[in-house]
Amino acid sequence: MPVVMDADRIARTLTRIAHEIVERNRGVEDLALVGVRTRGVHLARRLARSLREITGHDVPTGALDITLYRDDLMRHTVGPQPLVRRTEIPFSIDNRKILLVDDVLYTGRTTRAALDALIDFGRPLGIQLIVLVDRGHRELPIKADYVGKNLPTSAEESVQVRLQESDDREEVILSAGAEEGGAA
Amino acid sequence: MSGPVIARVDETLAVTSLRSKNLLGIADLAPEEISLILDTAEAMKEIGSRPIKKVPALRGKTVVNLFYEPSTRTRTSFEIAEKRLSADTLNIASVSSSVVKGETLADTALNIEAMQPDMIVLRHPSSGACHLLSRVCRSAIINAGDGMHEHPTQALLDAFTIRERKKQLAGLKVAIVGDLLHSRVLRSNIHLLTKMGADVWVCGPPTLIPTDIARFGVHATSAIDEAVADADVVMLLRIQLERMEGAFFPSLREYFNVFGMTEARLRRAKPDAIIMHPGPMNRGVEIASEVADGPYSVILDQVANGVAVRMAVLYLLAGGAEHETAT
Amino acid sequence: MKRLLKGGRVVDPANGIDAVHDVLIDDDRIVAVGRDLPVDGAAVVDIPPGFIVCPGFIDMHVHLREPGQEHKETVASGAAAAVAGGFTAVACMPNTTPVNDDANVTAYILAKAAEAGLARVYPIGAVSRGSAGELLADIAELKEAGCVAITDDGHPVATALLLRRAMEYAGMFGMAVIEHCEDSSLKGDGVAHEGYQAAMLGLRGMPGACEALGVERGVLLSELTGSAFHVAHMSARASLRAVRKGKEAGVRVTCEVTPHHFTLTDESLAVPIPYDTNVKMNPPLREAADRDAMLSGIADGSVDAIATDHAPHHYDEKKVEFDRAPFGIVGLETAVSLALDRLVHAGVIRLPRLVELLSVNPARILGVAGGSLSPGTLADVTILAPDLHVRIEANRLRSRSKNTPFDGWQLRGGVAATLVGGRPLFINAEAPIAFG
Repeated sequence: MPVVMDADRIARTLTRIAHEIVERNRGVEDLALVGVRTRGVHLARRLARSLREITGHDVPTGALDITLYRDDLMRHTVGPQPLVRRTEIPFSIDNRKILLVDDVLYTGRTTRAALDALIDFGRPLGIQLIVLVDRGHRELPIKADYVGKNLPTSAEESVQVRLQESDDREEVILSAGAEEGGAA
Repeated sequence: MSGPVIARVDETLAVTSLRSKNLLGIADLAPEEISLILDTAEAMKEIGSRPIKKVPALRGKTVVNLFYEPSTRTRTSFEIAEKRLSADTLNIASVSSSVVKGETLADTALNIEAMQPDMIVLRHPSSGACHLLSRVCRSAIINAGDGMHEHPTQALLDAFTIRERKKQLAGLKVAIVGDLLHSRVLRSNIHLLTKMGADVWVCGPPTLIPTDIARFGVHATSAIDEAVADADVVMLLRIQLERMEGAFFPSLREYFNVFGMTEARLRRAKPDAIIMHPGPMNRGVEIASEVADGPYSVILDQVANGVAVRMAVLYLLAGGAEHETAT
Repeated sequence: MKRLLKGGRVVDPANGIDAVHDVLIDDDRIVAVGRDLPVDGAAVVDIPPGFIVCPGFIDMHVHLREPGQEHKETVASGAAAAVAGGFTAVACMPNTTPVNDDANVTAYILAKAAEAGLARVYPIGAVSRGSAGELLADIAELKEAGCVAITDDGHPVATALLLRRAMEYAGMFGMAVIEHCEDSSLKGDGVAHEGYQAAMLGLRGMPGACEALGVERGVLLSELTGSAFHVAHMSARASLRAVRKGKEAGVRVTCEVTPHHFTLTDESLAVPIPYDTNVKMNPPLREAADRDAMLSGIADGSVDAIATDHAPHHYDEKKVEFDRAPFGIVGLETAVSLALDRLVHAGVIRLPRLVELLSVNPARILGVAGGSLSPGTLADVTILAPDLHVRIEANRLRSRSKNTPFDGWQLRGGVAATLVGGRPLFINAEAPIAFG
C-alpha cells in the first residue's frame, strides 16, 4: 500500500503549517486550537507544541467530538450507533479565532458538523480549518485554510492517517477499497 | 445478533451497540453493554456544562413519556434528557387520560403507536408492564420503573455515580439497606453490581428480604453492622410508609433504630465511603439528616447524573429503531 | 344399534383387564368384553393395533362459565371441548354468575348439557349462598337437582366452622366437599409462587404453605366429621405430605392434580415469554421440587385423580399486565396428551394407573356412573392413540377460549375417539377409526 507521507514528511509539514499560522494571523494571542476527534486532537496538540516553540506562547487546545452532530446519525438502516466520546473545550471560544484541526478533508461533512458544534459553544471571531490531507470530492462548499498535502484520489480509494499517539506508527497511506463507516 | 457489535476499522468510527431494541431491565444487559452506556453517559454529561445544552442527535425523533405512576424526578430527568438531544417529547400522565376511562395498557399503547413515536418511556405499577408493551408495540421501549421488577436507568445512574467517585465497580463492597422485597431499584442494582464484579450486601428486616435472595449472588443479612462494615458504598432505599400495614415492621421509629443510617453506624464503613439514595428520602426513617447532608453524600450527584445516563440510553436505543425486533 | 369394537387393547383396571379384547356395545350399554367376541349382527369397528380402549375419562374440575360468562365458554362449547379432549363426562364448578347455589341454576346447566348432547355434565353446587362464606346453601335441594358434590371453589370455605358444618351436612347425602385449599391472609394479593422466579420478576408470591394450611385444616375436619374431603388442584409438596399423613391415619381425604402442575414449574414465568399471563393460575406453578412431588404422588397412589381445572378466559382479559390478568388456563383438550407424554411415556406410571386417575377414581369420588367397562354399564368409552404425534395449536381448540401455555407443544399420544352412551361424539381425523 503506497505510503504517501512518511514520518519525516508529516513532521516537516506540521512545522510548515505552524509557521503559516503565525504568519497569517500576525501573532497567536487570540488563537485557540480545537482538534476533531480522534486524530485531529493529536495533530492539534502537536501544532500547539510547535507554536509554543516558535512564539513562546501557549495556545489553548481543546478536543471536539462531532458524533452527535453528524448528518448520517439515525439513518443507518442496519448498524449500530457510532461511539460518542467526551468533548473537552476548557476555555471560552468567544472572541477567539478557532483553528479547527482534522486529519483528512474529504466530503466536508465532518467539518460542517464541527462548525455546528462550535457555534453551540459560543461565538468565535472566526474559524479556520487545518487539515493534514485534502483528498478532494467535496460534497459541501467547504475549503481548508491550511493544507498539509493535496492528494487527488478516486472515490474507490481510501486515505488512512496513522499517528504515533493512537496507532504506533506515523504514516499516511492510500489504498484501494472504500473506507468503512462513512465519509469525513 | 449474538453480542455487542464492535467494529474498529478506524478509531474515529469505532462503533458498539446494544443488542436489544428495548431497555426492559438490567437483567438482559451484558457487562460490555453496561460499560458502553456508562462511557457514553460521560460524554453526555459534558453537554450539561455548555452554554447551549443541546445537541441535534435525536432531532426529529419523537419520544413519549407514558407515566402511569406519579413521578416528578424521573419524568423530569427523562424530559430534560430528551430535550437536550433535540427530541420532541410528549408527556402522558395516566390521571388525565383515556386510562381513567378504563382503556387497557395495550390499547393505550397501540393508539399512541398509531401516531408513530420512535420511543416510549414507560413507568407503570405492574411488574412486567414493559414486557407486555414490547410485545404489542414496535417502538423502542425504555423501562422507567415497572412495579417491583426493575428501574434500569436508576441503577445505571447509581453505577455512574459510583464510578465517578471510585473509578471502577469491580471489587467494591456495596451495602444496600431497606425494603428489599418491594424495591425495583434494588433488583436493578443487584443485577448491575453483580455483573460488574462488585461485592453486594443487602440488609433489611427478614420480613422485607425476598425468598432465595442468595440465588441473586449477594450476601443477605439483617445485621446492619455486618452489612456496613468496610463498605465502599452505602445505598439506602426508601421505606414506603404503607408497609407498616402489611406488618412488615412495627413502626418507623423501630425501623430507624434498627436499620436507620446514622453517623455512628456509618463509622463502620470505610472512611471515604459514599452515601447514596434514589430518592425521595424519608429523613429520620431510613437515613438520618446529618448523613443525607454530610460530606460523603452523593445524593444530589445521582440526580444530576440521571440526565446524562438517560441521554446515553436514549441515544443508544434511538439508532436501534431500525434493528430487528428482539423480544 | 350394536357396535363391536374389535382388536383394541382394553385397559379396565376395575375389572382387572389389560389385554387385547373386543368390546360389544348395544345402544348405550356395554354388553360384553372379551377375546374374539362373536359379531352377531353388530357393526364391526376395527380398532387399530396399539390403540387403547378404556372407560370414559371424567374431568372432575372444569369451569363451564355458563350462566353469566358465556363470552369465555358455554356448557355446549365446554362439552364439545371435553369430548375432543377424550372426556365423556365433566363436573362443573359453581362459580358462575349467578353462583350455582340453588336448584334453578343447576337445572339450567343440566338443560344446556342435554341440549348439547355431548359430554355428560355433573354440576357441583356451592357450599354457601353466593359462595359468600356465611350461610350454607340449600344442599339437599342441590343434591336433588343433580349436584354431585359441593365447593366454594375460587376461594376456600370462609371459616373452619362453616367447612365443618358443610362436611357434616353433605355427609348426610354421601357428598364430598371439594375445597380450593388456601389461607387467604397468607395469599394476600399474591399472583405467583413465592420463590426465586417471582422474586426476580418482582411478582408478589404465595408460598406452598398457603395451600398446605388449607389442606391440613380440611384433613382435620374430615377426621372430626367422618365426611369425605377432596383437595382440588393440589400443587405443593407440603400439601401432599398432609394428604399422605391423613390417608395413613384413615381419614377420608382424596386429592387431584392438574396436568400443568405435573408438567410445568415457575420457570415458565420467565421463559419462553416473560410475564406470560397464560402461566398465571391459582394455585400457581411452583418450583421443581413441588412438581416432582406431584409426580411421585401420582406414581405411588397418594394422588387420586387428574383433573384439569379448565378455566377459560377471553383473550382480551388475558392480554393485560400480569397483576391484572385473571387466574386460569384451559385444559380439557391438552390433558390426555400431556398425561400420555409426561406420565406414561416418561415411565412415571402405566396405563392402568392412568385410567384410575382419569376414570375410576373420579367416578368413585363423585359417586357417578363410570370408571369401568363392566357389562350393563353405560357405554362411555375413551379410545387413545398412544403413539399419535400431537401438535397443540391454541387457535384450533374447540373451547371458546384459547388461554393455554402449551401452544406449539409437540407431544406423543392423543385421543382417537370418544363415545358417550355408545355414540362416537369425537373422532380424531389424524387417527381415524371407521365407525359404522
